[in-house]
Amino acid sequence: MFKHSKRHRVLPGFGLSMGYTVIYLSLMILIPIAVLFLKATTISWVEFWETVTDERVVASYKLTFYTSFIAAIVNAIFGTLIAWVLVRYNFFGKKFVDALVDLPFAMPTAVAGIALTTIYAPNGWIGQYFAQLGVKISYTQYGIMIALTFIGLPFVVRSVQPVLQDLDQQYEEAAATLGAHSGQIFFKIIFPAIFPAILTGFALAFARALGEYGSVVFISGNMPMKTEIVPLLIITKLEQYNYGGAAAIAAVMLVFSFILLFLINFWQWKTAKKHQMT
Amino acid sequence: METSNLVEVTSTRVRNFMLAPIRKWLLIGVALSFLGIFIFIPLLAVFSEALKKGIGLYFAAIIEPDALAAIKLTLLTALIAVPVNTLFGVIAAWGITKFNFKGKNMLITLIDLPFAVSPVIAGLVFVLLFGTSGVLGPLLEANNMKIIFAVPGIVIATLFITFPFVVRELIPIMQEQGSEEEQAALTLGASSWQMFFRVTLPNIKWGLLYGIILCNARAMGEFGAVSVVSGHIRGLTNTVPLHVEILYNEYNFAAAFAVASLLALLAIVTLVFKSIVEWKTKRNDHGER
Repeated sequence: MFKHSKRHRVLPGFGLSMGYTVIYLSLMILIPIAVLFLKATTISWVEFWETVTDERVVASYKLTFYTSFIAAIVNAIFGTLIAWVLVRYNFFGKKFVDALVDLPFAMPTAVAGIALTTIYAPNGWIGQYFAQLGVKISYTQYGIMIALTFIGLPFVVRSVQPVLQDLDQQYEEAAATLGAHSGQIFFKIIFPAIFPAILTGFALAFARALGEYGSVVFISGNMPMKTEIVPLLIITKLEQYNYGGAAAIAAVMLVFSFILLFLINFWQWKTAKKHQMT
Repeated sequence: METSNLVEVTSTRVRNFMLAPIRKWLLIGVALSFLGIFIFIPLLAVFSEALKKGIGLYFAAIIEPDALAAIKLTLLTALIAVPVNTLFGVIAAWGITKFNFKGKNMLITLIDLPFAVSPVIAGLVFVLLFGTSGVLGPLLEANNMKIIFAVPGIVIATLFITFPFVVRELIPIMQEQGSEEEQAALTLGASSWQMFFRVTLPNIKWGLLYGIILCNARAMGEFGAVSVVSGHIRGLTNTVPLHVEILYNEYNFAAAFAVASLLALLAIVTLVFKSIVEWKTKRNDHGER
């Protein structure tokens, strides 16, 4: 037992690296976040409850969750399709398309925000066609969904792509030889194998969308009760010097985000373990 | 019975064979249309809007003093945040991947926290900590120090946001490589630093570079967190993304998109770098096999 643990400590720097990691992590991340929760408790329970159940706050929670969910669903469907196309087919410009998928990771959110707003405005490149049909996109919930779809797309593609790449095609060939048609092959063989990856991508996109600010704030129009997302409401409270209120709203949001993060990490850890066993 | 079955199977396969190309191009078409509408057109729009009023105005918007001040501040912020988080990333990844200890998964999850925190909340956290009515506010004021609505706040918020980027890239790579090579180096009499610079660093260099690129892109492009702590003082605490916002809100669209195009260029350069790194690592993998 002693020997075993000693064998792992042959390499130098465990104490130093762990000490540094834990101290930096605590100072930079953990203590600041703890301060937020402390601040949220400085107001009384009644006040806290009144803040987070205020009509306008509840409306913004609902809007944020609803639009994030729709965007994550759209991303789950089209992200999987794009991953499929990138893994299984060859076509001209594939490398370029593959690189382009990561643009939302690399593009600053504010830039994406003003670009999408301009495109989907009633006189914009795409918005004008919807305007003819009487549909407004910029400054409505649809605009928020479009911005969140832009932000979340790479998460699904990049989760599904490696799993599809590693998928052994011999089962599909066997199924085809046995007379299964392509729909059966997809839903009975491929889909079950990539479903955990789709779910992970969905959760990552959803989590990112919940907190997104830069790309949404320009396109949403920011109307209280209608198109006001939670991060914007937090900024509004801050500008009114209502620090307790801002902390309370943020604390509720953080709890949701943390639950999602733990679920995602647990899920990934579990699938990784399963992979190791097989 | 058997023959009819065989015929059925063959006919399915023939049908699949005939349908395959149609299906292929249909799927490619849908995928490319989606990417075109959601990703390529916005990118194109940035440059199109930026050059709408002519190239003269484009450059005027970029070399205007407030824009230059914003560019300087953004470069300064990235110049501090990226090295600090790179150093942290390497050290933390070393501790996490080369040793076994209890609570490793917990630690990794904690490192991921900034990914789950909304940028606005990240900014809020530091306002609550360092703001005038914050926990450390009175102490800072007594010593005549200003963090919120000043440059240090912007740097700290950026450090928070870009915290996990390098370490998250390194952990899977170093986990896969194990520690045999380092142990061999030590057995052969290498010092710890020799082992690190001659064995570990060459092994992780592409992953490290990739992490640095992503970290830099986020550091220069961060909007939400920086927006909360900056106070938007023109020429003083405005980063490039915040400058874009101000111009846009003043209906100075051409200038806003001109400055935004710098950030879009940064994004393109980031993607090109990323492709190069991926190509290099793929080639290295094949070389080893």
